[in-house]
Amino acid sequence: MEIVLVGLNFRTAPVAVREKVSFSGEQAQRAAEELKTRGILEETLVLSTCNRSEVYGVHPNANRESAAALSSFLSDFHEVLPDQLNPSLYHHYDHDAVRHLFRVSAGLESMLLGEAEILGQVRDAYLRAHEGHVTGPVLNRLFQAALEIGKRVRAETELGTRPMGVASAGMKLAERIFGKLQERSALVLGAGTISEQVVSQLRDRKIKHLYLMNRSREKAEEFAKVYGGEVLNWGEWDTSLKFPDVIVSAVGVQDYLVTKPMVEKAMASRGNRALFLMDLAMPRNVDPAVAGIYNVYLYSMEDLTEIVKQNRDARQSEVPKAETLIEDHVAKFISWQASVELTGVLETLRGSLKQRRANFLAERLAGMNHFSAEDRDRIGSLMDELIEHLLLHPAERLRAEKELRRKIQNVEAIRDLYLSNREKP
Amino acid sequence: MTQMLVWLTVLAYLLSMGLYISLLNTGKEITGRLATILMFIGLACHYFTLLARAKVSHTVPYHDLQGSMSLFGWLLAVTYLCLEIYHRQRTVGAFVVPIILAFFFAAYLLPNHAAKPSEAHGVVFALHVTLSILAYAGFALSCVLSLMFLGEERLLRIRKLGDVVWRLPSLELLERMSHTSVLVGLVTIGVGTVLGFVAVDRQAGQHWYFDPKYIVTLIVVLLYVVYFRVARTATWRGARASRFCVFNFILVVLSFTVVNLYFSAHHKYF
Repeated sequence: MEIVLVGLNFRTAPVAVREKVSFSGEQAQRAAEELKTRGILEETLVLSTCNRSEVYGVHPNANRESAAALSSFLSDFHEVLPDQLNPSLYHHYDHDAVRHLFRVSAGLESMLLGEAEILGQVRDAYLRAHEGHVTGPVLNRLFQAALEIGKRVRAETELGTRPMGVASAGMKLAERIFGKLQERSALVLGAGTISEQVVSQLRDRKIKHLYLMNRSREKAEEFAKVYGGEVLNWGEWDTSLKFPDVIVSAVGVQDYLVTKPMVEKAMASRGNRALFLMDLAMPRNVDPAVAGIYNVYLYSMEDLTEIVKQNRDARQSEVPKAETLIEDHVAKFISWQASVELTGVLETLRGSLKQRRANFLAERLAGMNHFSAEDRDRIGSLMDELIEHLLLHPAERLRAEKELRRKIQNVEAIRDLYLSNREKP
Repeated sequence: MTQMLVWLTVLAYLLSMGLYISLLNTGKEITGRLATILMFIGLACHYFTLLARAKVSHTVPYHDLQGSMSLFGWLLAVTYLCLEIYHRQRTVGAFVVPIILAFFFAAYLLPNHAAKPSEAHGVVFALHVTLSILAYAGFALSCVLSLMFLGEERLLRIRKLGDVVWRLPSLELLERMSHTSVLVGLVTIGVGTVLGFVAVDRQAGQHWYFDPKYIVTLIVVLLYVVYFRVARTATWRGARASRFCVFNFILVVLSFTVVNLYFSAHHKYF
């Protein structure tokens, strides 16, 4: 049983193609069922995220033909011309397919290196396929291993620990100052896309009080309807700067919105409690001189971008560690796969040898009439015993002992040694 | 046997220190757990070495500089572990264990510096000494936490975060931990001092005799009370309070060393 993978991702296909070849949950299930029904694959699973669409399958002889059948199926299913689709597709077989899935699960193949969402997406895809009965022993084992390596890489490396977005980096910095933000309050100035990202991060951290302020109060109220929070009147700086622990500003204005005297006044009225200011606007909303005020921490978009860059570099340096873990799991999976395949090979081998033994005896004993039927049976059983002892016992050991299999690595050698192509399971 | 215990203590503390530092670098939770386990093992071995020393002197080991330093190290380890468990924060270990180890090493490497045995003995006196040294341990811990606060605060201000800042406790937590340590120090030094007077009363039949140590201790206690009161006020909260805490501990060190060795008649090593 061999594993085949056909797919495309953000590296190989532009958004226009990725959009056409993406699968909804229902489509993924339908495609998997069709692939099984048509006999293209015996086990199958579709993994589709915004950055990738991949079909994993198991076939007795996965090769370029089965991959071509899969490619053709994809273009039919999504009604995309093969000429348009095929240049974007990649094909992986067996070890390479296993390795690719493990890398995907670990976040090494993600657009945002080490992102955590992919692990959840792999889990969802697997659960859906498993419940839809389109997977089998090989894909079940493969995806369970993929989830395991995904978790392990995140636990044992720093691939997923550092914030990679400006908003999340800002939130992490706020946590360096205040600890958990559940008991804190935040004021967001502006109601644009950046503010949305920040508010989403604040909501994820269950911020206790969220205040919103925008030049257009209507827009702020619309924003508050979606994300929650209390809308404050634009320009009421004396009261609005007094309470929040975190202030995020992303307003498109030319002059500074938040000046040093304003913050000094606010700090005096708030008893010098620490204040974290995130200035995400360009041009800046907060006077840089504010950074000099006692207990005020000011980070501009430039500062946060630099932190994100450092984090990206740090994550990149963790890739070799993650790859080592992945290789370890690939070896384990291959070993398991070999053990399962050996079971099938051994059964076929046993049958084949017995048949050959029967033919051999029938041929050689044909002219030896002095042997009784009992003698012939006795010779037959002695030869069976010899075959078991000399050939099958070592092979059974091979199935049971991982270290032995590791040494041999390639089950094909056993197959080629004992079986003709026709007899291969 | 004692020698083996000493080596076991050193080994456990060293491994624990290595793991705490590794935790700071890698952030792996398992490393932190192992560090704590080894710290407990070190603490247990350290306890038995103190016990062996106590058996020889028939009292809590504070009659010589070595015993006093070793006891301080042990109480610092106890205080730290309580704080670690209470606040569920392990990264401070990387900064505290080296100090514990240094005191333990110094206690066994310094030349023997035995003083004239104190005339005071008994449970009350032993408690007086132990609680006083525990107070010093609490103050030492608050100093370490304040220095960590100042370092982290500085890095956040100049926006040079590097790798480690992301794993350090938040400034807010460091402040809280420092407060807890000072509170432990104040309570124990308060009770310890009262017990000291009781011990003097039992020994000499009088409540008071002059010792410069009293004055310095009173100043130290007053300064820590002031710190405790002002640390969350508008003017002092944040880095200023931490600097104040570090300054207070410098006085504690002076009290522990210069005052004890050169001015005090009855408090040579505690």
